[in-house]
Amino acid sequence: MLEIKGLEVKLQEEDKQILKGVNLSIGAGEVHAIMGPNGSGKSTTSYVLSGKDGYEVTAGSVTLDGVDVLEMEPEERAAAGLFLAFQYPVEIPGVGNMTFLRTAVNAQRKARGEDEMSAGEFLKVVREKAKALKIDAEMLKRPVNVGFSGGEKKRNEILQMAMLEPKMCILDETDSGLDVDAMKLVAEGVNALRSEGRSFLVITHYQRLLDHIKPDVVHIMANGRIVKSGGPELALEVENNGYADILAEVA
Amino acid sequence: MALAKLKSDATQARLAGLTLPEGLDVARKDALSRVAAMGLPHKRDEYWKYTDPISLTQADPIAAAVFHSDDSPLFAGVDSVKIVFVDGVFDADGSDDLSCAGVEIDRLVDVAAADIHWATDLYGTLEARGQVPVARPLAALNTAFATDGVVIRATGKAAKPISLVYLHADEASDVMLHCVVRVEAGAEVTLLETGPAAARFNSVLEVDVAEGGAFHHVRAQGRDHERRAVTHCFARIASNGLFKSFTLTANGTMTRNECILELLGDDVVAHVAGACVGDGDDFHHDDTIFITHDGLRGESRQVFKKVLRNGAVGVFQGKILVKAGAQKTDGYQISQSLLLDGDSQFLAKPELEIYADDVICSHGSTSGAIDEDALFYMQSRGVGRKAATDLLTLAFLAEALEEIDNPALVDDLRDRLDSWLARRS
Repeated sequence: MLEIKGLEVKLQEEDKQILKGVNLSIGAGEVHAIMGPNGSGKSTTSYVLSGKDGYEVTAGSVTLDGVDVLEMEPEERAAAGLFLAFQYPVEIPGVGNMTFLRTAVNAQRKARGEDEMSAGEFLKVVREKAKALKIDAEMLKRPVNVGFSGGEKKRNEILQMAMLEPKMCILDETDSGLDVDAMKLVAEGVNALRSEGRSFLVITHYQRLLDHIKPDVVHIMANGRIVKSGGPELALEVENNGYADILAEVA
Repeated sequence: MALAKLKSDATQARLAGLTLPEGLDVARKDALSRVAAMGLPHKRDEYWKYTDPISLTQADPIAAAVFHSDDSPLFAGVDSVKIVFVDGVFDADGSDDLSCAGVEIDRLVDVAAADIHWATDLYGTLEARGQVPVARPLAALNTAFATDGVVIRATGKAAKPISLVYLHADEASDVMLHCVVRVEAGAEVTLLETGPAAARFNSVLEVDVAEGGAFHHVRAQGRDHERRAVTHCFARIASNGLFKSFTLTANGTMTRNECILELLGDDVVAHVAGACVGDGDDFHHDDTIFITHDGLRGESRQVFKKVLRNGAVGVFQGKILVKAGAQKTDGYQISQSLLLDGDSQFLAKPELEIYADDVICSHGSTSGAIDEDALFYMQSRGVGRKAATDLLTLAFLAEALEEIDNPALVDDLRDRLDSWLARRS
C-alpha cells in the first residue's frame, strides 16, 4: 500500500535535515505504529506524506499503490486515498463543519470521476457516522473545530476519516490531549474503519493508544530514521524501559 | 497654491455647469450656500487623504463602460415594490405601482412640485446636521442639485421591501439622486438598493427613525468596473429605534460610502456593515463612518470586511463619538481586510472620542492573508487550493453578511460573492 524508500527531508527555511533515510513498507490492511522521542521526525513524516509546504525532499520516494505521491498536491493525495488525522486540527472560523465535510467528500469524488453525493444521501450518512462518535447535530453545525474541546477535535478528525473513506490513514498523535474515555471513543472509531483494504500508520508517544488500536508492526524512530521494528511487544518495551535502552542497542 | 483657493476654484468650476432644479427652494439654496462655504473636498482634506476625490468633484464625469451580464438581477426573487431609475431618470414602465400597505411612497420631483408635503421639512435637514463636525460637501451638493429620488414614509409595518433599482445605460451619465425616509413610531420598513446608477453617481439617503421604529437597508452597488460613486446615508434614530444598513460592493473604480448616524434617543440599536471585493489597481473603495451616541444605553456596531487583490485599495475611516451623558453606550467597530496578494493595500483609521465615563467601546482593525494552515488543512481533505481559498474568503466576509436580518437577502448576496470569486482564477 504505502512504500517509503530512503526518504530524506530538510526544512526549507533553515537548511536543517529532519529525515535521514526513512524506509517503511505498509501492506494493505496492516496497522503500523511509529514511536519515538520528541524531535525524532515522526510528525515531519506525516506532514511530508500529506504534502505540507516548507519541507524539501532531498532523496527517496513515497508511493501509494505504486503511484508517486511526492509530485502530487495535497488535495490530489487526499483523492488518491491518503488521510492525515492532525495532531492539532485547525480551526476554520466561518466555515460550517457540515459544509466543509460535504465539500471535501464531493471534491474527492469529483477528482476520482465519481458522482457527487446528494445532499440527502450525505446527511443520512453523516448523521449515522457522527452518532457512533457521539458527535451531535450542534457540533456538525458549528464552524470547523472552532470552540471544540481537545476530544471533540479528535473525534471530528475521525468523522472526516469515516466520511472520506481513505485507504491509507495516518494518525499523528491522535491520543495527545485526550482523557482515557475520549481515547477509547476515538480508538473505537478507528477500529470500526479497519478493513482489508485500509491501512493505518499510527504515530504516538505512548503505548496506551496501542492497547486500543492494536498494531501489526511497531517502529521506533530516532534522529530521522527508523532504528528498530518489531511486533506489539516493542511498544511495551518502550513503555516499561523508555527509549534509552533501544537507542543504546542500535547505536 | 493655498488649499482654500484650490478648493474655491474647483467648486466654482463644478457649480458653473449646474442649475438648481425646481422646487424645494429653501433647502436647495441652503445647501448651495453650504457647498460654497465648505468648498468641494480635496485630497489635502483630513478625511480625503486616503481617497483622492478629484474624479468625484471635477466638472465632467469620466466615462464608464456599461457592464452587461446575463445573470438575473439581484433580489429578483424578493417580492418588493420595485422603483427603477435609468441613469437617474425614473422608468415608469420598469417600475411597480408606488403603493404598498404600511408605507407612503412618492418621487422627489412630486414632492418638489407639491405645495405641502411631509418630506419638504425633512429634505436636507439630516444632511445639514451631519456636516458637523466633519464637512461632507458632496452631500450638500446633492441636496442642492439632486434631480429625483424617492421619499418613503412608513406608518406601519411595510408589507414589502421597497427596492430601488439603479440601471446604468449611458456611459457618460452623471447622476444625483436624493431619498428621504421617515419611519414613524413603531413602524418598520426595508429599503433595497441595487445597481451602479451611472458613470458617476452621487446619492444621499436621509433616514429619520421615530421612537420604536425600525429601518433595514441592504444595498449592492453594481458590477460595472468603471463606475464611480459617492454615497451618503444620514440617519437620526429616536428611542428604542433600530437602524441596520449593509452594503455589498463588487467592482467599481471609485466608491466612497459615507454613513453618519446619530443615536439621539435611549436604547437605540444601530448597525452598519459592509463587504467589498475588489480586483485590480483600478479598484478603490472607501467606507467613512461617523456614529454619534447621544442617548442612554445605545448600541452601535460597525463591521467592515474587504477582500482585495491585484493592487486593489481599501479604505476605512470609522469614528465613534460618545457625548457626555450617553452612559452605558456599547460601541463596537471592526474593520478587516483580506489581502490576497502583496500588491493590495488597506488603509484604516479607527477613531474613538468619548466624553461619558461608563461606556464600552471596542475597536479593531486587521490586515491579513489567507491562513495557510487552514488552507493546508482543507487541501489535505481533498478540497483544491482555489476552492479552499474561496471558501476561506467567503468565511472571512460572513461576519459582515450576518449583520443582515433577512436570510433570503443574505443567500442572494452570498451567491453573488460566490460567483464573483468563481470567475477569478
